[in-house]
Amino acid sequence: MREASRDRIKAFLTLLPSIVLIAIFVYGFIGNTIWTSMTDWGGSGSLALEPEKNFIGFDNYVELFTGFLSSGFRQDLVNAVYYSVMLLAGAIGLGMFIAILLDRKPKGEDVLRTIFLYPMSLSFIVSGTIWRWLLAPQGGVNILPTYVGMDPLTFDWLSSTASILDFNWQNLFQILLYVAAFILILVGLWSLKGDSRRAVKRWLGPGIVIGAFAWLGGSLLPQALFMEETHGFNLATLGIIMATIWQYAGYTMALYLAGFNGISQDLRDAAMLDGASEVGYYCHVAIPMLKPITISAVIILSHISLKMFDLIFAMTGPDNAETGHPALNMYLTTFRANDFARGAAIAIVLFLVAAMFIVPYLVSQYRQRKRG
Amino acid sequence: MTRKITFGSVFLYGTLAVLALLFLLPAYMAAVTALKMPADISLPTAWEFPTVINWSSFSQAIDLLKPNFVNSIILTLCATAGSTILGSLNGYVFSKWKFYGSEVVFTLFLFGMFIPYQVILIPLFQTLRAMNLYGGLPGLILAHIVYGLPITSLIFRNFYSQIPTALIESGRLDGAGFFSIYFRIVFPLSIPGFVVTSLWQFTQIWNEFLWGICLTRHADNPITVGLAQLAGGQAVSWNLPMAGSIMAAVPVLAIYIFLGRYFIRGLLAGSVKE
Repeated sequence: MREASRDRIKAFLTLLPSIVLIAIFVYGFIGNTIWTSMTDWGGSGSLALEPEKNFIGFDNYVELFTGFLSSGFRQDLVNAVYYSVMLLAGAIGLGMFIAILLDRKPKGEDVLRTIFLYPMSLSFIVSGTIWRWLLAPQGGVNILPTYVGMDPLTFDWLSSTASILDFNWQNLFQILLYVAAFILILVGLWSLKGDSRRAVKRWLGPGIVIGAFAWLGGSLLPQALFMEETHGFNLATLGIIMATIWQYAGYTMALYLAGFNGISQDLRDAAMLDGASEVGYYCHVAIPMLKPITISAVIILSHISLKMFDLIFAMTGPDNAETGHPALNMYLTTFRANDFARGAAIAIVLFLVAAMFIVPYLVSQYRQRKRG
Repeated sequence: MTRKITFGSVFLYGTLAVLALLFLLPAYMAAVTALKMPADISLPTAWEFPTVINWSSFSQAIDLLKPNFVNSIILTLCATAGSTILGSLNGYVFSKWKFYGSEVVFTLFLFGMFIPYQVILIPLFQTLRAMNLYGGLPGLILAHIVYGLPITSLIFRNFYSQIPTALIESGRLDGAGFFSIYFRIVFPLSIPGFVVTSLWQFTQIWNEFLWGICLTRHADNPITVGLAQLAGGQAVSWNLPMAGSIMAAVPVLAIYIFLGRYFIRGLLAGSVKE
């Protein structure tokens, strides 16, 4: 018995160095960045080993969200939101579609799978360099239609200044409420089929109340900014979204394909016997069963889109205003402008958005492991 | 059973063929551009096959990027070895020597995998400077080992949980301790785990860019940074960046094509629980 407890100590001691490293390099560093974001560290002398830092509270955040000079950051944030949503929809939609096609076991499935997945193994710098050339005006993608007898495209993929879905940043709170109401109502309608009472109580009711409040009482809400400032979906980011979907659709394909293969043939046969069509089988049996895979894909892809740096850097350079992203802004603010405190604040904003997705995911996984 | 040509199968193969073509177009474009004479590269003829095959862009790119390539090889091999070995030991503890709170510790590890790395960049920069490791490869290797721990521990933990606990128990009854069970029973069984993990780490570290550009000085830049600089200037002639891209892609593409099975397992391990 003494032997066994000595082994337990050995096991713990083996893990200890890693625990210490993670504690310092992950948690300690996050704490340090939070502290930095509340100081005025920056400007001349900021690169000294013991730079001067004074505590200034949340001033950096206030400046980022309401300051006159930080409208670039706000546009970057808007870009990142649109970018995440489009990437999620595109990569999951296309990946699922390809997985369903490959699940029919066509000839040459192995080769096709390799073709769809190879972009995933490349560095974002490699794919970004190639896509920059592909999206050159008057070349690449724009002249592709001429090979099938159509007119060439004339879109300025990476430098277009056009934007759609513009909104006024002053109305930010109202818009956020609308979005929240929309999501709640959507979830409510979706779960109406199952437990309809819970759906109304938990999702539909609150959704409608919030939506009505935003609509009727919107003018009572404080304005997020003292002047009008419009932001929208910059069309120049479309090229970057396209390249990312090209790179990550194969990843979701691989996830879903593994999931489809894990569903037993018996279940599939049973569904078919019950009169399900091919489409019905995927819509009502396979894809609902793979909800955990969809959740994983959402987590991983939103994580990728939030830290997106390399691809944009390679496709447009770090300081292209139209295709900005908070991750690039953080790099420029910190390492070009030496404004460490402001850079830290941007990093914390990114981190908090990421944590919103990740913490619930990790907690639910932890609970599952406890149960299993 | 013979396959009949139906509308369904025509649609299936047709769609797959078009999609496969679209996925291969960027690779085709990179290859033909890299093989053209610089003077032959023009936007309207970008898709056309070169009239004269010109290999010299590759030798030029190799000359320019060779130091970066060597840096990346050193960086990737060291950091992959370090994070894989530590990950194996961690996974062994997490799956076979659970202690009070080990699941919580494991979850706290996993969190490190999902943070946007911008959030640790400034303290990492400061710490490496204070340790006199800023600018060189050792600092970058350290960073890659530490932040590789979550994923490597996860893959090995899932891998080792497939080894029956009875096997470990019988080892203990034979009087084997913590380390002798690892070296005599667990390690010999974990070669596939090592292959999956080290291939995954190899591709991740090879492809990494943010730390490369923020934490190394010019002479120690990895290949991704070298390529970004090669391609980033204005008025570039595109044959060189394309040749450089192919050069930077070859090691990971080779892994993917020849050992794709293991690569996919690493990819699934990062997201799907076993």
